[in-house]
Amino acid sequence: MSLLRVDTVSRQFGSLVAVNGVSVSIEAGELLAVIGPNGAGKTTLFNLISGFFPPNSGRIFFDDRDITQDAPHQRVASGISRTFQITEIFPELSVRENLRIAVEVASGFRLRPWLGQQASAQVRGQVDELLELGGLGAMAGRDVGELTHGDQRATEIMMSLALRPRLLLLDEPTAGMGDKETYDITKLIRRLHRQRNLTIALVEHDMRVIFHLADRILVLAEGKELAQGTPSEISANERVQAAYLGIAA
Amino acid sequence: MRARRETIADIAIWFCLATMPYWISLLGGYTSLGTRVVVMSLTAMALNFLLGFTGVLSFGHAAYFGLGAYGVGMTIKYLVPSTPLGILVGVAVGTVAAALVGALIVKLRGVYFAMATIAFGQVFYFIAFRWNSMTGGDDGLSGWRRIPIDLGFKTIDILNDDKAFYYLVLICFAFAVATMAALLRSPFGRTLLAIRENERRARFLGIPVEQHIWLSFVISCFFVSLAGALYALLNNFADPHDLRWDQSGDFVIMVVLGGMRTFWGPLVGAAIFVLLQDYLSSLTDNWMSLIGVFFILVVLFFPRGLLGFLRRQEKS
Repeated sequence: MSLLRVDTVSRQFGSLVAVNGVSVSIEAGELLAVIGPNGAGKTTLFNLISGFFPPNSGRIFFDDRDITQDAPHQRVASGISRTFQITEIFPELSVRENLRIAVEVASGFRLRPWLGQQASAQVRGQVDELLELGGLGAMAGRDVGELTHGDQRATEIMMSLALRPRLLLLDEPTAGMGDKETYDITKLIRRLHRQRNLTIALVEHDMRVIFHLADRILVLAEGKELAQGTPSEISANERVQAAYLGIAA
Repeated sequence: MRARRETIADIAIWFCLATMPYWISLLGGYTSLGTRVVVMSLTAMALNFLLGFTGVLSFGHAAYFGLGAYGVGMTIKYLVPSTPLGILVGVAVGTVAAALVGALIVKLRGVYFAMATIAFGQVFYFIAFRWNSMTGGDDGLSGWRRIPIDLGFKTIDILNDDKAFYYLVLICFAFAVATMAALLRSPFGRTLLAIRENERRARFLGIPVEQHIWLSFVISCFFVSLAGALYALLNNFADPHDLRWDQSGDFVIMVVLGGMRTFWGPLVGAAIFVLLQDYLSSLTDNWMSLIGVFFILVVLFFPRGLLGFLRRQEKS
């Protein structure tokens, strides 16, 4: 049984069909990369899965349950969390506060007007763990808005991770990063995938990152599926080469 | 270091408030002016719970302020001559109205939310303005007075003893401010900061944003209607202009003057506003234009408000 099953979803904006009858499944423990030229519908597909907006047609199942019409916070509760192409964080709060909010919400404390000592200590422990895992310990007290792009990205990924997702969606995690930062983030994603057996779907443009990480690749072009398969199948696929890899090379 | 300085500031503010009736006359003021400062500070701080700490601008808070005022006035005038009961009714009316209006407008954002709050606020204003037989219409609700509080063993004469009434107001203020401070330090309060900072991120962290904004709006209006009830008791009078949109504007001005990203900023803003109003209105009928000029200068040179500016200096 697949963890996520997207069944012929379409979404249009006015006359533009951004995603057109796309079907894809993600197995538990898998890392799926979604690639395609600009405007292929990759981010729209992520928005449909995470509940940013509902599809015009088609259905989405998570854990065999129909989540097509669920609100974003319901999907987070089911175990889907995401990052954004343009990093979305709480800029005027410290790294620690950013993570603390995520941990508290994930612990079901979001409506609590107070927190006991034991619960506070629990939250603090989890925040410390995330700080360490993301390599953010040294800057825990600084406002996230002041950090480098790479560290902001790492904070955002850690926030998504604080929600204890069963499926993590990463929208261009290395966009706008230098080589060193790209390497660090790739290493982090790889570690999450391999060591924690986390199921991940990511949109990415950097081919080195994709072929380094992905178990399987979905290629989109103009809102439709162009190909699906293992990295070696995809790199051998002539249609993909013509439409995408050729352009990139 | 910063935390320590904040503790010292807290102690200084509470000390000033607790002793105000004993020194305000030395500065040319009078006790009921001090009471007005405390009431308006409560209003501004309650508005700031929504504006500064949730990032949602309401231009209709006067409606709930006025509902608190008419609630207490009409209870004492028509139903039961009891001050505490009147306050409870005023707060309940204001809060219930906020809960209903909030549920209707909570999906709106930014200027649309602000416009909707004005529109609903004006509805309450016109009811108070037109319903002559019950509210006194344009003349306001008069013919009632605050009733001394009977504790059983002792009667506190808040009607004739200005200081006693000041301390009643201060106790309400302390309760409200301590509650808001505690809420802002709680997991719930942090979700409000999260919404202010980045609504999209908050939503995709699993926070049902509309529900939290609604709660923040209702909590804010709860304390604003408490302030409104106290204001009517202070004047022994409820004025339809207390509900009007320009009164809401005054509240926003107080918050922005003092600094909306700071907890105590609105208190500073409200104090300055009330004192300027008291002083300038004795000099000229056009006092509002002078306050307007002052407001423009503050916004131009201290865009984060007076306290926000001090905070910045301290940081750098």
